[in-house]
Parts: sequence; structure tokens; C-alpha cells
Amino acid sequence: MTTAPAKAGWRFRQPSVIPGFGLTLGFSLAYLTLIILIPLSGLIWRSAALGWADFWAIATDRRTINALEISFGTAFIAAMVNVVFGTIVAWVLVRYSFPGRRIVDAMVDLPFALPTAVAGIALTTLYAPNGWLGSLLAPLGIKVAYTPLGIIIALIFIGLPFVVRTVQPIMEEIDKEVEEVAATLGANRFQTIARVLLPGLAPAIVTGFALAFARGVGEYGSVIFIAGNLPYKSEIAPLLIVIRLEEYNYAAATAIAAIMLALSFVMLLVINLVQTWSRKRYG
Amino acid sequence: MEVRVANVRKEFERFPALHDVSLDIKSGELIALLGPSGSGKTTLLRLIAGLERPTKGRIFFGEEDASQKSIQERNVGFVFQHYALFRHMTVADNIGFGLKVRHGPSRPSAQEIRRRASELLDLVQLSGLEKRYPAQLSGGQRQRVALARAMAIEPAVLLLDEPFGALDAQVRRELRRWLREIHDATGHTTVFVTHDQEEALELADRVVVMSQGSIEQVGTADEIYDTPNSPFVYGFIGESSALPVKVEDGQVWIADRPIGLSAPHAPQGEATLFFRPHDVELVEECNGCIAGTVAASRRVAGTRRVELEIGGERQRVEIELPVDHRAAQKSRVAFRPRRWKLFPTA
Repeated sequence: MTTAPAKAGWRFRQPSVIPGFGLTLGFSLAYLTLIILIPLSGLIWRSAALGWADFWAIATDRRTINALEISFGTAFIAAMVNVVFGTIVAWVLVRYSFPGRRIVDAMVDLPFALPTAVAGIALTTLYAPNGWLGSLLAPLGIKVAYTPLGIIIALIFIGLPFVVRTVQPIMEEIDKEVEEVAATLGANRFQTIARVLLPGLAPAIVTGFALAFARGVGEYGSVIFIAGNLPYKSEIAPLLIVIRLEEYNYAAATAIAAIMLALSFVMLLVINLVQTWSRKRYG
Repeated sequence: MEVRVANVRKEFERFPALHDVSLDIKSGELIALLGPSGSGKTTLLRLIAGLERPTKGRIFFGEEDASQKSIQERNVGFVFQHYALFRHMTVADNIGFGLKVRHGPSRPSAQEIRRRASELLDLVQLSGLEKRYPAQLSGGQRQRVALARAMAIEPAVLLLDEPFGALDAQVRRELRRWLREIHDATGHTTVFVTHDQEEALELADRVVVMSQGSIEQVGTADEIYDTPNSPFVYGFIGESSALPVKVEDGQVWIADRPIGLSAPHAPQGEATLFFRPHDVELVEECNGCIAGTVAASRRVAGTRRVELEIGGERQRVEIELPVDHRAAQKSRVAFRPRRWKLFPTA
């Protein structure tokens, strides 16, 4: 274990005597090429046709930058919120048994199944200034619908199951003895959670964060209803792409898409590296 | 520290796991809780640690009633069979954990904690492994780290739950000797649970034999082995053979023949005769002895085990013979137990 060099990831590992390595690797590469690589390279290719100067003009356009900031910013905040509350939900589902636990458990998956437009319309109705919740918040000066705050709420709704479902199985595997040992060593409940349990869950929490974040960046359906879509204020990048498409400005649409793609790829890669590092350390 | 378990009863959802158990553990003693699975030995250990609350009864540490204290306040060192190390911490951080979570002035400085950790690593013979993670250690090494972590808090008692259960035979024997040395060097009052009688008899000052939620017998290895006080202990500890007999006129009878053992104080009537297979003398002329037909004969290490069928009921008992004894060739063998014990049939 200590002798494994860090470079091992770049070399072919000796496959086991069980056959199938060549076939499955070939299939995986062909499949990924067909499903992901070809469409995405088409995207790059189309935006490359634009020429560097035009591409740069679109990329540095105030409206594009604002849309990207809103998309990535709201997705980041929503994913952070989901990490906190999703972990708590997972904890309750794993640790406690109470009447209706199965129903709550099933409810967590609803945002997966619900058409996102339905979610968007429902949230908008609730949070609009004359909606049930919106009318309560309006006197406090908090506007939710048609602001970035509304986008965050929609993305929290969409992203919750990603965190819960990635953290839950790891939480179920936590050894009760580890907590008991911490208690006999004098750690109180808070110290046990902060120093023993959460570090063990960290890789799963990071995965959940990455999934919720990625989903939030790409989310379209639920957001456009609640966002209000004011350019420079609450317009998300996917919507800007659609607007450009409707203007038959395919080059601009693909250019924005290419930027989103690059940003997302870099962020997911970083998250992945963080995970590999923590896995290697904690075995 | 002295530990006193007073009339403790423990039920899990109406199912009794311990019935009215009392036990005195002297300060500095090394005690083994020995019994088959389901005998309640682990439950008793967890009750002492405070990981379970007794349904009835109390547990004293010295003069203090520990049953009122939380786990954290009891200051016990607990070692689990599967180590339960903190995977994301280095060996040194694992050992220092109990000191790091202390509050206020009782918490040593970071430097002092590091020093204590490496001192304890020296004690458990793992010097230089401070920076390793548990995943990088072997099973035996992990268990040593777990023990060092438990000792770091200067526990009032050290409690070990099948500490060597997950290790292979060789490492087990090695760690057994090593645990004894550590105990002699540090003098912690130590209670360990095991289902391995060899481990219990070899390692412990006193052995507590448990069965079905009760303590059957408490004593040194010699007392437990030589004078078992119940049919269970006789059968559970070491090899034993049992025969149904009858007591009449101060004599022991099998069917209608006296077997040459006098039991003047035993109550009249049905009883079970226990003896050790190796503790018998062979007799030539069967004039008051146990005689049987050889049913099977096996070579076991340095001796020969012979299985005999006794009397009309064809009760089978085992005795041990020297390998080259000529009785092993015969079809009928007569013997008389040298040491034996009668338990009246309930």
C-alpha cells in the first residue's frame, strides 16, 4: 500500500486473469464517444467556427458574464445549502425510526421524478408576492420570486436528493463502535460528530455537492418560471443560450455553451481530484 | 481501581441478558469473562463501560456509584474486537484523541499530547508509526494502536471485548503474552471478554465463567480447572467425560455394578459422574471399575483418544491413553477415574 506510486493512474494496471478487460474497455470508450464526446466536440467545433475575436466578444459581453455568474453562483449557494440540510435529512432517515419514515424517504426522490417545469410553476405560485409564502415574506422586504433568491430556492429543491442519496448509504455503514469508542475516550456528542463522523462522511458529502452543483448549473425548466429572467439580474446562462437559439444566432449559443462546458469540466475535475486524494488518505 | 458489580440485571426488550450478576474486581487485577456466545459476557463488559444501562442493580468504581455517571465521565478504556480506529486520523492522532477532546486545564498541550502518543507507541512496540493511517497497518498492529488509544486517558479500568478475536492464531498467542507484560508493567485494572478458554486460563489472574446470563464460577485457572463447581463448568472448561450413574449406600453404581468409587457424602439417587479423559487409571481385573467396548480410537498429538461404550445403554465416554499402551489394541478396556466429581441429576 505504501509502495504504490502516485503515477499509477497513468499506466495500465496488470489486468487480472479473469478475461474481459479489453472488451469492456473498448465498449466503454466507444459508448462514451458516441454518447458524450461526439455531441460535445460538435459544440466546440461549431463555436470554433466563430473565430477567436467574435468568440471573445461574446464571452466578455456583460450579459453573458452576468448570466454565467448567476448560474454558477446560485448553483454553488444552493449546493452548499443542500450539503447542510441534505446531510441532516440523511442522518434522520438513517438513525431514527419514526412513523412515516418510509414515506419521508420516498418523498426525498420526488424532485427527481417531477417534471422540472411543474416544480418551477409550483414554487413560483408559492413565492410570488401574492402567494402563500411570498405574501408572508413581502412585508419583511424579502422578495423571492423573480430574483436570484428564487433561483436558489428552485435549485435547492432540485438538488436535495443528490446529497441525501449519496450521503445516506455511507452513513448507514458507519460503525456504531467508532462512536462508542469516542464516547469512552471522553468526547461529547458534538465532538464525536465534528471530529469522528463528519470527516468520515466528507468524501460522500463532496460527491453529493458535486452532483447537486452540476445539476444546478445545467437546470433550466424549474428556474425560468421563478427567475423572472431579467437580463443582467436574474437571467441564467442556459436561458441565454435558448434566447440566442431563438434568434437563430447558433454561433453565440454554442459559444456560451462551450464556456459553460469548460467551466463545469474544470470544477468537476477539481472536485474529483479532491475526492481521490481523500480516498487515498483514509483508505 | 476496584470495580464492584452489585446485583445487576439487564433486559433487552423484555429478553433477559443478565440475571442478578454480582462480581468484585480487585484493583490491578486482570480478569477474564469466559463463556459461550449468548452467555452475557459482552453485555456485562458494556455495562461496566456505561455503553448500556442496567435494568436493575449498580456498578461501583471504588466507592463511587458509576451507574449514575455518563460514559464520558466514567473514564474507561474500551477496546473492540474490530479495533474501531478512526480511519481518517493518523496513528498519533488516534492515540491522542482522548486527550484532545478534554476541556480546560485538564487538556495537555499539543506538544505534550504528541509526546504521550509516541511514548505509548513505544510501549505497544510500534515506535515510528505515528504518521501512518490505520489502513496501512496489519490487524495485530491496529489492535495495539487501539490499546494505546485506550490507555492514553489513564483509564480507571481497561475493558477489552474479544481483543484478539479477529486475529490469526500466531498473532493471537504473541499478543496474549504481550498484553500480560503490558498489564504487569502498567498495573491497570483490566477486564477482557473471550470465548477462548486457553486465552482466559493462560492470561487472567481470575476467570469468570458465565453461562446463560449468570456467573457460574469465579476463580483462578487452577480452581476453575481442578474444582469446577457445576456440570456446565466441568463440561465447558477443558476436556471432560460424563456418565449417568446412581448413588446408593455411599457407593457409585453404573446399572447394577459398583464401580469402585465411594461417595459417602453424595445424596442418594441419580447423578452424573464427571472426569477428565486424561485423569484415569487403567485396571486389569475389573473388580469395581468402569469397563467398556472400544468403539473408536484416534491418535491426537502425543496421546491416543479411545472412545468406549459403557454398559447396556451404550453410553459413550472418552479416555486418553499413552500412544504405546497395549490396552489400545484390546477390544475391551477397564478403567477407574483418578479424579472425578458427582453432580446430582436435577
